[in-house]
Amino acid sequence: MSSGVVNLAYLIAAVCFIVAFKMMSSPRSAARGNTISSFGMLLAIVITVLQTKSLNVTLVASALLVGTAIGAWLAKSTSMTGMPQMVALLNGFGGGASLLVAGASLHAGDASGLQALIATGLSGIIGAVTFSGSLVAYGKLEEWKFLDGLRPKGHQAIVATLFASSIFAMVPMIVSPPGEMWFWIACAIASFLGVLLVVAIGGADMPVVICLLNSYSGLAAASTGFVLNNSMLIIAGSLVGASGLILTQIMCKAMNRSMANVILGAMDASTAAKADDVYGGKVKSASAEELAMLLADAQTIVIVPGYGLAVSQGQHALKDLASKLTARGAKVTYAIHPVAGRMPGHMNVLLAEADIPYDQVKEMDDINPEFKETDVAIVIGANDIVNPIAREPKGNPIAGMPILDVDQARTVIVLKRSLSPGFAGIPNPLFALPNTLMFYADGKKGLSDLATALKDA
Amino acid sequence: MDQFVTAFTIFVLAVFVGFEVIRKVPPPLHTPLTSASNAVSGITVVGALALAGHEGTLVEVLTFLAIVLATVNVVGGYGVTNRMLKMFKKG
Repeated sequence: MSSGVVNLAYLIAAVCFIVAFKMMSSPRSAARGNTISSFGMLLAIVITVLQTKSLNVTLVASALLVGTAIGAWLAKSTSMTGMPQMVALLNGFGGGASLLVAGASLHAGDASGLQALIATGLSGIIGAVTFSGSLVAYGKLEEWKFLDGLRPKGHQAIVATLFASSIFAMVPMIVSPPGEMWFWIACAIASFLGVLLVVAIGGADMPVVICLLNSYSGLAAASTGFVLNNSMLIIAGSLVGASGLILTQIMCKAMNRSMANVILGAMDASTAAKADDVYGGKVKSASAEELAMLLADAQTIVIVPGYGLAVSQGQHALKDLASKLTARGAKVTYAIHPVAGRMPGHMNVLLAEADIPYDQVKEMDDINPEFKETDVAIVIGANDIVNPIAREPKGNPIAGMPILDVDQARTVIVLKRSLSPGFAGIPNPLFALPNTLMFYADGKKGLSDLATALKDA
Repeated sequence: MDQFVTAFTIFVLAVFVGFEVIRKVPPPLHTPLTSASNAVSGITVVGALALAGHEGTLVEVLTFLAIVLATVNVVGGYGVTNRMLKMFKKG
């Protein structure tokens, strides 16, 4: 096959990817876009298989088969609640693949010339950081306890040293190629760096980490493109890199923190008020029956889902309660904070899974002016994103973070297992407000109890 | 050097295209966006396939593993994105 035909096919594939991302601007066209993107990928794979000289058919066929089987199984078996873990795992695989391609092309002698060698080094380093970092992110999302609170003294200095030494270890490989040993040493150091970078990051910052690793997996693919001098790989990789970076920025803005602060700084909860001073004697709780009577009279209801809804898998119970409320004539909408849950947009997916139409789900800036006119706001397993002390300019870890203004609703119901603090580790004065009622329960159980009680109200 | 500048030009332009296009994806679709870009970053599979013509145990092992990982990425990413996007319905 002439290289012209091959490159033309690659161009078509790249255009498919761009068109698909463009079609993601609306939920109506997004699914078709995904099909177009996968067609582009298939085309790229088929063309590459056809043009590779003396292709090892057995190796390729068996590898594609194994990969397809594992991928299909993962895609089918992952729960919507477990989506952050799935994405973390896939990020890691992408990084790992780029690292292996760089290593293999170095060994095969394909990577020659300054550009290819530098790119090989970068592919290896970025790939290794993505791979190990993603696996740690996966473990943290699965709440493996041994990963908690591992933040060595002098964390920033160690990170800087590891980063510098992984770059430094690549120099001998570039100066006197192939220098494979140095490549693998650099990758080993970078793997360690990836572990260290992610292990120290707090639970609240997980959405940022996932986006950042997503971006890295794209950059790793792009640098593989530089190794092989393949434009399509460069284009596809940079699209992913840009996508991850945009989401990272959005998340950081939604928490009023800089990227550097998320990656290198720890949250300091020590400056915040003591829980006893905030809550002492002021918190009121209510039973499902009392709350059902309140809800029975409510005309406008805004539901604020948080991570607690996801862990309790309460989205279907929520839909059930909302249907009962709507049947009684109430107007029910949903308010989603940009960093609710553990990855951007996670809450929207959970609500969509429970057949809640997306036009009832509002973003923070659209819903905030409406809380003043809201009879009841129901907060489900969310904490920091509704904490009014974020409105203070400084003096606490979430100062300046934009929040959902639920405290302006006539009544606020907070469905939560206890008064324990959220990711930021600080008490929430919302729980002690005169118009707040606490409802202590697991997300799913609490919601179905409310629905049952509402029947009799 | 010329080759690098060409490749780098493509890189810079693609980053700009990426920013312009992806900025318009609304927040409710950010999770499918992430998993779809997972799938696209599996494009490394092309790099791995191009190496599948070389002989030698080490290259073959590395290439095999690279194809497997990248294919999991591609199939898993598109599969899960499709599952999610099919759930989004208008009221």
